[in-house]
Amino acid sequence: MIDLFSKFDPVIALRESLLDSGQTDPFNLVMEKVESPTVAICNGKRTILLGTYNYMGMTFDPDVIAAGKQALDEFGSGTTGSRVLNGTYVGHRACEEALKDFYALDHAMVFSTGYQANLGVISTLAGKEDYIVLDIDSHASIYDGCALGNAQIVPFRHNDIDALEKRLKRIPEGAGKLVVLEGVYSMLGDIAPLKEMVAVAKANGAMVLVDEAHSMGFIGEHGRGVAEAQGIIDDVDFIIGTFSKSVGTVGGFCVSNHPKFEILRLVCRPYVFTASLPPSVVATAATSIRKLMHSADKRAHLWENSKRLHAGLRQLGFTLGTDEPQSAIIAVIMPDLETGAAMWGALLNEGLYVNLARPPATPANMTLLRCSLCALHSEEQVGEILGMFAAAGRATGCID
Amino acid sequence: MSDRQQTYAKTLEMIEPFNKKGIAVSEATRFAQDLEWDSLTVLDFVANVEDEFDVLISMNMQAEIETVGQLVDALGQLKA
Repeated sequence: MIDLFSKFDPVIALRESLLDSGQTDPFNLVMEKVESPTVAICNGKRTILLGTYNYMGMTFDPDVIAAGKQALDEFGSGTTGSRVLNGTYVGHRACEEALKDFYALDHAMVFSTGYQANLGVISTLAGKEDYIVLDIDSHASIYDGCALGNAQIVPFRHNDIDALEKRLKRIPEGAGKLVVLEGVYSMLGDIAPLKEMVAVAKANGAMVLVDEAHSMGFIGEHGRGVAEAQGIIDDVDFIIGTFSKSVGTVGGFCVSNHPKFEILRLVCRPYVFTASLPPSVVATAATSIRKLMHSADKRAHLWENSKRLHAGLRQLGFTLGTDEPQSAIIAVIMPDLETGAAMWGALLNEGLYVNLARPPATPANMTLLRCSLCALHSEEQVGEILGMFAAAGRATGCID
Repeated sequence: MSDRQQTYAKTLEMIEPFNKKGIAVSEATRFAQDLEWDSLTVLDFVANVEDEFDVLISMNMQAEIETVGQLVDALGQLKA
């Protein structure tokens, strides 16, 4: 018998060598208690959370929690059914109404996760004779959506407008074209030149899908994302988003003005062949989305946090993913996985949690310590965070 | 030189900057096993080849191309 697990031997070896060096496993952390969107207890120790994507800190909002509890009481713990059978409750419709109001668009479709939203929409829209042109640094859910469908897949260099245009022009006459972009790229926290890219896509007859998972609630005047901030949201055909970041629960969605959009509910397999979100989840999501419409002050504070952390880390001598803060993600570039893991462990000892990101999830085989800020991080906490980076950085030799 | 020979020569030239192990490349050389390219290197190399020959090599086509010779053949068909 061939052991089907043999193919994972290199990963097993890499993991064992890391743990043998006495390193805490960066991918096996348990949150024992969660006190707030910014503080949890890990290994019995009070830990500041700086790697949660909980950008707007909605997870403990009293209105959000009350809505969830009420839905749990009134509608039960789960729907036990697909959206197209017994799994659409008034709460799912209310959640879709909240999204339509939030984005000022005509249609909204809620999926069970953000991953499934990309998987479903991308694989369903682009058929066998069609072309998907996507940024090389696209999220795994976008690549998996491509893999699930039958279209021709053409990647182009990250954020390279010219490379996108050249590839669009080489697509045979008469083929359908879908350009897939992200507002914020989650590894380095950089944003896309959407204005230029969407113009190029439109000039070449392509439809455009933008994943705004890491910008919703925060970027743009109304928190609609990078497409809003760059003034071209009306030219985007489909926006994909998630409830598991700024919204503070779990779920995914697609919003659009396309007149035939609703038919996707019948033809999109990752929407049809899975159970819908529990009533409590859609109730918390709808409440959170409506509150995010009126959160300009929190958005301003989050920008302040992002700018201060970026400037402070750079001053300490760390190499960062972007020259200027472009989002609520600040990526600290580590020289290699060993140093990155040591620095991650040292920060945890100091009482700070960040994400350790490593290949193949990262561009150019980089090891990153990815920090994502929250609108509820106080000024004092950002000061504490910088102190912890200074101590851990010196202890591990990352900085002088 | 025939068209195919020219394409082969150009392809060899474009492989060199990515040939970190400095191995001798022939038509039978495999990108993954012999050159030991990871998926990111492949994407970079393909982008360069696409621009040089003004063609599209979709990821679907890449999955069918294992050796240098197969790439040269595919380029011949794409340019035709």
